[in-house]
Amino acid sequence: MDLRYSPHEAAFQTQVRAFLDAELPHEIAAKVAAGRELAKTDMERWHAILHQRGWLAGPWPLAFGGQEWGPVEQHIFEEECCRANAPRIVPFGLKMLGPVLIAFGSPEQKKTYLPRILDGTDWWCQGYSEPGAGSDLASLKTRAVHDGDHYVVNGQKTWTTLGQFANRIFCLVRTKADGKPQEGISFLLVDLDTPGIEMRPIRLIEGGYEVNEVFFTDVRVPVTNLVGAENAGWTIAKFLLGHERANIAGVGFSMQALDQVKSLARTLTRGGKRLIDQPLFAARLASVEADLEAMRITNLRMLSVAAQGGKLGTEPSMLKIKGTVIRQTINDLARRALGASAAPFPSEDVEGNLSLVPDGHAMNAASYFSNRKISIYGGSNEIQRNILAKGMLS
Amino acid sequence: MDFQMSDDRRMLADSLGRYLAAQYPIQHRNAVAYAAPWHDPAKWDALVDLGVVFALIPEDRGGMGGAGFDITAVFTELGRALCPEPVLPALLAARLLGAAGADLEPLLSGVRYGVGLGELDAPYDLDTITTTARDGRLLGRKSVVYGGADAERFVIAAHQDGGLALYDVAAADVEVKGYGMIDGGSAAEVFLDATPGRLLMADAGAALQDALDAGALALSAEALGAMEHANAMLVDYLKTRQQFGRPIGAFQALQHRAVDLAIEIEQARSIIILAADAMGGPQQSLRCSQAKHLVGKIARQVAEEVIQMHGGIAMTWEYPASHYAKRLVMIDHQLGDTDFHLERMMAVLQA
Repeated sequence: MDLRYSPHEAAFQTQVRAFLDAELPHEIAAKVAAGRELAKTDMERWHAILHQRGWLAGPWPLAFGGQEWGPVEQHIFEEECCRANAPRIVPFGLKMLGPVLIAFGSPEQKKTYLPRILDGTDWWCQGYSEPGAGSDLASLKTRAVHDGDHYVVNGQKTWTTLGQFANRIFCLVRTKADGKPQEGISFLLVDLDTPGIEMRPIRLIEGGYEVNEVFFTDVRVPVTNLVGAENAGWTIAKFLLGHERANIAGVGFSMQALDQVKSLARTLTRGGKRLIDQPLFAARLASVEADLEAMRITNLRMLSVAAQGGKLGTEPSMLKIKGTVIRQTINDLARRALGASAAPFPSEDVEGNLSLVPDGHAMNAASYFSNRKISIYGGSNEIQRNILAKGMLS
Repeated sequence: MDFQMSDDRRMLADSLGRYLAAQYPIQHRNAVAYAAPWHDPAKWDALVDLGVVFALIPEDRGGMGGAGFDITAVFTELGRALCPEPVLPALLAARLLGAAGADLEPLLSGVRYGVGLGELDAPYDLDTITTTARDGRLLGRKSVVYGGADAERFVIAAHQDGGLALYDVAAADVEVKGYGMIDGGSAAEVFLDATPGRLLMADAGAALQDALDAGALALSAEALGAMEHANAMLVDYLKTRQQFGRPIGAFQALQHRAVDLAIEIEQARSIIILAADAMGGPQQSLRCSQAKHLVGKIARQVAEEVIQMHGGIAMTWEYPASHYAKRLVMIDHQLGDTDFHLERMMAVLQA
């Protein structure tokens, strides 16, 4: 047993830390630390900085502009980014479609789209879920019907994250109505400028706009935009979900969030007594910290299996369930810590004029509510339990 | 033994429930609760006409209630409709003005009160209040004063000659910075800078504790109404939402969790009944803390599970369950959270 990084890995960690120290703009890190909404330009600016360094698509093959990072390097990079309050890389092009095209795309598709993902020309979004197809994704109904050298797409997608900034969408569409539902699905690339597409924002519980509904009415998509074979979309969807599960435990986010709650609890006082000195609050904090440390090691154990070329089965589902619950527990403490002052609707005044809460904490309640989504999206924790139960019991 | 509500209270609860269902539907509620003045002044007047404030004040002071079960009857209905009107500050004011022997007529006629108890460093605890009163002038800052954004008068708790005193202050005489809350309704920061006030009562410690007890009971009952409504939405959704070719309520994993919520909501109902019954007796404070402590835990569990079992739909602003969830979680931040009341219960055990 040796829980430390190898000298090579430790050197990479130092390199990443130095890069983040030098290159991550302070004003962007401050927004991330405070849980405030990032502007499109913030995300583009950070992507450009990473692209400049060659680290925007670390796990991609060298030939397509990546660094061929293995699981440990990816992990180190993600952890250090979280620690530095870097914005997360918008995953739809870089972590989802990119790997899909590298594995399943035609040479033409790779040549066209991969460079445009890296240089920021294209902002991709995801058209998977539908109002009637959430956990039961395979029941999706958006139809693509062959018409000459086009598909004609009709239907509705939902929960399309950051679709308001996107110019393209990758979709799962139904190309065959009979047989098993999984066997009639195709993976299609669609230009959002095509006539017949309407994007409508969905306002979320805490008041923000991050997701959208996308309506397709007789949208004509060239058949060359099909990825892989017709009706082979489910295989691609599962491949993509596998990539979505990298860093699924969110340990880096949780570590960062826990550090913030700890320092908050050392700053805030109640009747002159620090919150951290109140046994009930300290107990909550200490307990979740133990859980997070265990999660950190569980995550590294699984990472180590993957790094040594082993194959993970259903284990990522464990990481998803426990990792999201721990993160939500920490968000709960961040909200709880503020006591009565957690109540105001987030605004500049809460930290500024009114100085109701310490700097960077005006969003604590909003972030708690917003992060109830993390145990729902990307396959809800109930679906993850089904996956684990099937693996254990059948 | 009889766990039925009295006829009078049943009639009040029914008429209030009907009024809110008809006049305060969730669309209207959301339209007014999240934009200044963060409630609907015309509807406030209508609630006063309906007898909501009367019900919180004893007969010998010009009202027709004021007992624990009057409070729970009113607030359960307010919670069911997620009503953002400033009834909680009216209750607190009724307890304090009543204890002070002050004129309750303005309150009964619908004057909106804010009650300034908590402070930045003392959100829940009377022992650590730092606002002071000297020669009829108040100095300090009251924080997160519910309904404060458009309150017309304030009742302020301040230190005076080694005890806590109560002052009546006109809104026009203080600096008030109002804001909306994340779960709707308003609060305000109230800045007292040698502000003139009229002494209502010296040695008000017991009166303040009584008001806080009544407030904790009211918030617990409000949560109960909101939980019942949110849970009804969940049960309906479990029966109707189809995935994998069947209603999601056919899955045992969800069935058991829905049942657990129903059990917890009954626990909440029972502790609230116990606390309402204890009002005016020697165990009032303990029972109100037990209620607020349990409800704080249960309401959060209900909120989180209602969202999780619905899935993404309950994360949207448009779907009403999200607003119920916010209220249910944020009630724990008012007048003492679950840990604060647990500590009070522990202190009783340890005494």
